[in-house]
Amino acid sequence: MAGPMLRWCCPVGRWALACIDGGSRYGRGAATGCTSSGKRGQSSVAQQPRITAQKPRKGEHEWAAVVGLEIHAQISSNSKLFSGSQVHFAAPPNSLVSFFDASLPGTLPVLNRRCVEAAVMTGLALNCRINKKSLFDRKHYFYADLPAGYQITQQRLPIAVNGSMVYGVCVGKKRSQVINKTVRVKQIQLEQDSGKSLHDDLRSQTLIDLNRAGVGLLEVVLEPDMSCGEEAATAVRELQLILQALGTSRANMAEGQLRVDANISVHHPGEPLGIRTEVKNLNSARFLAKAIDYEIQRQINELENGGEILNETRSFDYKLGCTVPMRDKEGKQDYRFMPEPNLPPLLLYDAESLPTAADPQQVINIDQIREQLPELPSVTREKLVQRYGMLPEHSFALLNEVGLLEFFQNVIKETRAEPKKVTSWVLNTFLGFLKQQNLAVSESPVTPSALAELLNLLDRKAISSSAAKQVFEELWRSKGKTPAQIVSEKKLELMQDQEALEQLCHAVMEGHPQVVTDVKKGNPRAINKLIGLVRKATLSRADPTVIKEILEKKLSPGDVSGPSARGRTVQP
Amino acid sequence: MWARAVWLAFRAPAGGRRGLTAKAGPQGSVRITAEMIEHLERLALVDFGSQEAVARLEKAIAFADRLGAVDTDGVEPMESVLEDRCLYLRSDNVIEGNCAEEVLQNSHRVVEEYFVAPPGNISLPKLDEQERFSHS
Repeated sequence: MAGPMLRWCCPVGRWALACIDGGSRYGRGAATGCTSSGKRGQSSVAQQPRITAQKPRKGEHEWAAVVGLEIHAQISSNSKLFSGSQVHFAAPPNSLVSFFDASLPGTLPVLNRRCVEAAVMTGLALNCRINKKSLFDRKHYFYADLPAGYQITQQRLPIAVNGSMVYGVCVGKKRSQVINKTVRVKQIQLEQDSGKSLHDDLRSQTLIDLNRAGVGLLEVVLEPDMSCGEEAATAVRELQLILQALGTSRANMAEGQLRVDANISVHHPGEPLGIRTEVKNLNSARFLAKAIDYEIQRQINELENGGEILNETRSFDYKLGCTVPMRDKEGKQDYRFMPEPNLPPLLLYDAESLPTAADPQQVINIDQIREQLPELPSVTREKLVQRYGMLPEHSFALLNEVGLLEFFQNVIKETRAEPKKVTSWVLNTFLGFLKQQNLAVSESPVTPSALAELLNLLDRKAISSSAAKQVFEELWRSKGKTPAQIVSEKKLELMQDQEALEQLCHAVMEGHPQVVTDVKKGNPRAINKLIGLVRKATLSRADPTVIKEILEKKLSPGDVSGPSARGRTVQP
Repeated sequence: MWARAVWLAFRAPAGGRRGLTAKAGPQGSVRITAEMIEHLERLALVDFGSQEAVARLEKAIAFADRLGAVDTDGVEPMESVLEDRCLYLRSDNVIEGNCAEEVLQNSHRVVEEYFVAPPGNISLPKLDEQERFSHS
């Protein structure tokens, strides 16, 4: 179901031309705005401060939102689901089209083994029951980028059913705690993608590119177990990571390899579920949560103002930041599902049922695929936590950025620094720099080896941590230099000369007698001031703990510094 | 297009399009409401437009209705006439495509390498806006 509902709003074919006369137009992108369609005070929606469904204002009825998702993931394969033409993004128009894809008479579908394996793999990773027999059906609707007039899908008996997926949501004031939530997977079905339409409003025509027509899709249906935009977005993100780990889909939203539709309703807890709307066009990770939360809030406002929710399809308008109805409601769609007559049932086997004399090219063994499943993101995170004593949220952060985990592991391999130190540098400093400049990990000017070397210098106290930050900035700016080169060029080595440090400490104490008196009076913060002054005098090249030791020695009565004073930590 | 849709739906039992139009018997006693006609027009994107077309539709339905006369008691329904066959699995190799020129020959209009279709968002006129033909 590559968006047939989307298309329903604009059913057209060249046959339609005969009977067009003054018909109203419903455009895919025809945003009428959330105010213009409004009756019953919809116009107030956009201006009202956003409140989440879980936190009603005082004195209000509590509302609960229910969100279910339909996710279309393009299967990563060389060729299409039922034809031998290539799957490739951004190829010249109609260059990847076979006669079958163009729906020429006499052509027949021939199922791609890889797509079936990808579906089984994904089903297993999502804890589904794999149906040993599944069926293909035709779903009919008219649109110019669907030349056959129907899409081959799995309506009656999909390839995988009844699974579940665990995803982690960040909670707490600092959003630093991760709690696991489970969403049920209703089913996974194999189906064809449609072509692409380019609308040329100026010349009043639509350009059709069939390169995408017939590419294999996995439709993953998630049960309405989510309750807000963030949960839905996190679930989608987890599914994306799983698909990428499996290699069954590249799942790149920007290239349309992952497309999301959301079913949304609100109700009072304890009461029956409300009427749902379906929001289409959630094809950007950035807007997914926003669009769902908008729709939840719109429904709450509508109901509180005495309105009603219509069972309708809406689309999210990225520019206006609101959802708008997509088509008139009277049109009840009728997809006229029928069994696909050209494809016999798809049979899968396990180790037990595998026919002995079968051609291995013609049978798919579920058990064999299960054995070959790669490590899933949840396991990777678990291992990181166990192996490096990392906080769960840090393991999430490492997996969340493409290539970041690999970068981290490469740094770990080459450095003697503590894993915790490496985690902190990779997640705070390194990731911070990347985000600031909007770069991917692969575009980083700093290599894992360079960071490893820098952390080694820090680890053996050759430089201070503030000098390390300076070196890192320099590494970022000047590609090709090693941390050691930068340290010596900029003279950032830690002052190791004890005598020189003692002299500096002495000079600072002489220059600030009042602070010294404060320390002696027992003000615990005063010593930090002295440490800061000494560090400044060393141009931040001295280790604050060493300075502290010297100062304490000099300030203590006699030559023996108190053990309690030494034990205190210092935050310079 | 309507003919094709019917043909697709019925071709297994009826044996083809010719059968639909030629063999349709005179027992067209089925009556179709204007609402049903409109619904079908929207689904099939076809304008029946005349009494004659409606009569033909009624005949087609009557023809298909004869399937109901077949005694299927105790016969297990089949998913497909091919259901006992193996579904052939193809290796994931690129062996087709790269024939935009040939494929585009079928298009009435072409812009660069694109098919050209009418603007994709014009709906059919509503029932009450349509010029109705008399229909019993």
